Amino acid sequence: MIPAAFEYKRAGSVDEALSLLREYGDDAKVLAGGHSLLPLMKLRLATPSVLVDVGRIGELSYISLDGNEVAIGALSRHRDLQTSELLISRVPILAHVAGLIGDPQVRHRGTIGGSLSHGDPASDLPAVILALGGTLVVRSAARGERRIEAGNFWRGFLETALEPDELLCEIRVPIPEGAFSYQKFNRRAQDWAIVGVAAQANHSVAVSLVNMAATPVRARAVEEALSQGASPADAASLAAVDLDPPSDINGSSEYRRHLATVLVRRSLEEILGG
Amino acid sequence: MSILGNKVHRIEDPRLLTTGGTYIADLQLDNALVMHFVCSDIAHARIKHVDVTAATKVPGIVGAFTANDIRLPPMVPTLPLINKDMKRPHLAHEVVRFVGEPVVCIVGESPETCEDASELVAIDYDPLPVLVDPEQALSSNTVIHEVAGTNLVLEIGAHPDPSFFDGCEVVVKQRMLNQRLAPCPLETRGAAAYREGGRLIFHVSTQAPHAVKEILKGMLGLPDDQVRVIASDVGGGFGSKATVYPEELLVAWMAIHFDRPVRWVESRSESMVGLGHGRGQIQQVSIGGNKDGKIIAYALEIVQDAGAYPAIGSFLPQLTHMMAPGTYAIERTAFWAASVTTNTVPVVAYRGAGRPEAAAAIERAVDMFAHEIGMDPAEVRRRNFIDPSSFPYTSSVGTTYDSGNYEEALDKVLEIGGYRALREEQARRRVRSSRLQLGIGLSTYVEITNGLPSSEFGAVEVLPDGSVLVRAGTSPHGQGHHTAFAMIASEVLGVPLDSIKVITGDTDIVPRGVGTFGSRSLQTGGVAVEMASVKVVEQAKELAANLLEADPADVLLGRGGFHVAGAPAVKFSLKEIASLQAQRGERLLAEVDFRPDGPTFPFGAHLAVVEVDVETGKVVLKAFFAVDDAGRILNPLLAEGQVHGGIAQGVAQALFEEMVYDESGNPLTSTLAEYPFPSAVELPSFVLAETETPSPVNPLGVKGIGESGTIGSTPAVQNAVVDALAHLGVRHLDMPMTPERLWSVLRYS
Repeated sequence: MIPAAFEYKRAGSVDEALSLLREYGDDAKVLAGGHSLLPLMKLRLATPSVLVDVGRIGELSYISLDGNEVAIGALSRHRDLQTSELLISRVPILAHVAGLIGDPQVRHRGTIGGSLSHGDPASDLPAVILALGGTLVVRSAARGERRIEAGNFWRGFLETALEPDELLCEIRVPIPEGAFSYQKFNRRAQDWAIVGVAAQANHSVAVSLVNMAATPVRARAVEEALSQGASPADAASLAAVDLDPPSDINGSSEYRRHLATVLVRRSLEEILGG
Repeated sequence: MSILGNKVHRIEDPRLLTTGGTYIADLQLDNALVMHFVCSDIAHARIKHVDVTAATKVPGIVGAFTANDIRLPPMVPTLPLINKDMKRPHLAHEVVRFVGEPVVCIVGESPETCEDASELVAIDYDPLPVLVDPEQALSSNTVIHEVAGTNLVLEIGAHPDPSFFDGCEVVVKQRMLNQRLAPCPLETRGAAAYREGGRLIFHVSTQAPHAVKEILKGMLGLPDDQVRVIASDVGGGFGSKATVYPEELLVAWMAIHFDRPVRWVESRSESMVGLGHGRGQIQQVSIGGNKDGKIIAYALEIVQDAGAYPAIGSFLPQLTHMMAPGTYAIERTAFWAASVTTNTVPVVAYRGAGRPEAAAAIERAVDMFAHEIGMDPAEVRRRNFIDPSSFPYTSSVGTTYDSGNYEEALDKVLEIGGYRALREEQARRRVRSSRLQLGIGLSTYVEITNGLPSSEFGAVEVLPDGSVLVRAGTSPHGQGHHTAFAMIASEVLGVPLDSIKVITGDTDIVPRGVGTFGSRSLQTGGVAVEMASVKVVEQAKELAANLLEADPADVLLGRGGFHVAGAPAVKFSLKEIASLQAQRGERLLAEVDFRPDGPTFPFGAHLAVVEVDVETGKVVLKAFFAVDDAGRILNPLLAEGQVHGGIAQGVAQALFEEMVYDESGNPLTSTLAEYPFPSAVELPSFVLAETETPSPVNPLGVKGIGESGTIGSTPAVQNAVVDALAHLGVRHLDMPMTPERLWSVLRYS
């Protein structure tokens, strides 16, 4: 339970972090809140030779209004999201879900950028950003800034569109107009979701799923059925179409498929009325 | 006014909550080496070759040892009945028998160095067939201990004969799993050892320091005065630290080998597959009786999972046997048990240790019987309770219960729980086919504490400064012994608590001791302290009578000192007498070894209320009511703490926890992310009440309370969940009652 030896570099600014990532590339891992990375390192499942600690870069911790969008610095902690007046009034799903992550210690350490970059399909925030149609702003020393649609960010299990020299700096979400629902199904409050559902009404209804695939996924069949006037129950019955969720100690693939239909129905009933 | 019976705050807490305790990891040791184990990651295999060469070359590593380097005979099971050919080597020798079994011991200057070196150890295995299921192990040709030639550790009792249920109008049978659990104490295992003036000083996180000392003496061939064992603060154990582990003993061996202090503290990941597990029974339960509710015959047949090396867990079916018929006057009870080795972590004692398994079986059985004959489960219990006038009562398995009043406890829990109103609400939800169905579960348990009666040491001394030193043989691991024992001494001696010091867990200061397990401490060690206190008063009274030139029979201990009856003006305080004794080179001291006449039988009635989401299978415990009777209550605060923690652990077994292995013997729940013990969020506030039926077997009238909560709560919750779904055709559900387990039953009903 002790990590293998590694070199530790603390970045004081975004530019410094980017130049460290350019220098070390594949050998480096970015450390933010450490809640996903450090357990992997303690079990020696991850053995990066360099840790680039971005945790103290103050310029990446903000939540602000920018036109029709809210811009969130990648180092904002879950607790910051949970208590942000701006999010509570304009993007309430994000504040609500941040408050459901782990326990208070986790929420005070973990960051939104760390959660999205780690890309665990069992995490709550990736699915929410996906349902909101967010954009991820990433930067590198070599190529400057690029923007990635949430739908293109998660590529596979713990695999994202980030290049080894890139840092996720900002998350931008359009301000939704309608109601939301987040259904998190777990055994203990502090656990990851066995299955989760994020539903956000805007002009249409966006539905995304937690822990139903190798990445967070949109429930496109549900969304299309709704747009064609299906009832919540009928639309929800399509929640697991074409999905082959994982089987693990908390639930079989079959049980997850069942849960998805129940939880999607409940989320739709909550925002559209039963 | 008596201090006993009051909610006295724990005298341990100010230190623990301010400067903190001294656990193994906290010990200040100069120049200490660190030990680390390379453990088997395969469940059953022959060890072909171990290469530690590269590991020993890592800077800072002073040694890497295999079984061949440790010239120690293997540990032989000491408990009666256990097959003595199933020995445990200190490091795996030729064969590994479970994932987590230590194979190589690395010793170095720092934990980091040791972990780096452990990655360089190469072990070549030749896999053997793996046995995970104890029923399969019972009939398998694969044998885990070749020398023994069998996987059967012990067998007790006999199967019921074919006519056993003759005369019963109704017979219900059910196979039940009492699943394997991980104890998860906050402090993992650990030990530290060093030489001091030639003696071996051994610190260990244990429930029984004196037993550790005996084993160390035998293992190292040291005389009694050359070994000192110290258990200072111990961060929990739940029974699992009443066992002495080879890893701990090797710490002492290494300290002598290197003649340097050596410390070992395991990580949580190591603890989950190194510290013993609990429970692990497969039960075949059969109950027969008449439609009027009278239970006539009960049979319990058990296959007990012993794990890879038989420890106390394989012996625990004995206690299950003793408590098999529970609170009921059942004419005949049949019992059979076999303990069997498997390629899993050894099974040890875990909170309740054999009795929760008995209670779960009979309490589920009574509910199933009640359902079968269409009678309210409370009523069936009432019709079968042992009559309160018949104590001491010898049950159909030959166990003699000291005292009890089961109907009173049941009546009380039904009243505080609002049983009738709950049943009405349940009926409404059933009619409405509500998504959240209500379940109501009862258990009326009795258990045995100090089950294998033994004596315990207690000493009380008044020092010349008037303060009191209490030394007790039972060494605590979180219970609050110091508070309890100080209260007892205070009561008898009339000395305030803050003038009383209690010492436990140091074999140099406390000459004898058995330990803290089986809820035995107050009824043995507490009584010894009381008797020693009384003896000190008697001694002091003699001395005071001399000084007062009076007959001791005329001398009283009043406020401030001993005086002649009717003449309180002239008096001698305990302090004065102790200091006069000191001037004469004498001590005001009494030492007592108390052995009670028999075990005690705490009991109670628990009522659980659950909501089950019939769409997802998720269970939420909505309310929990507990009436517990542990005889006379010394300190309600300590008792409530035990009951609260016990209920939480019992609920955890019913709804959350299970140590799971795959077919290859790989543990699937070896971190706290997968092994889901609940937190406060998952539990309601418990409503507690008590009845008080004193025990006649000890002068304090006390019974043990440490395990009652665990024993009573598990079947109450299990019964509640089954009850919630009974109208849908569900008769039984095994534990833990996970959402998926419920859904897989509900989808077909």
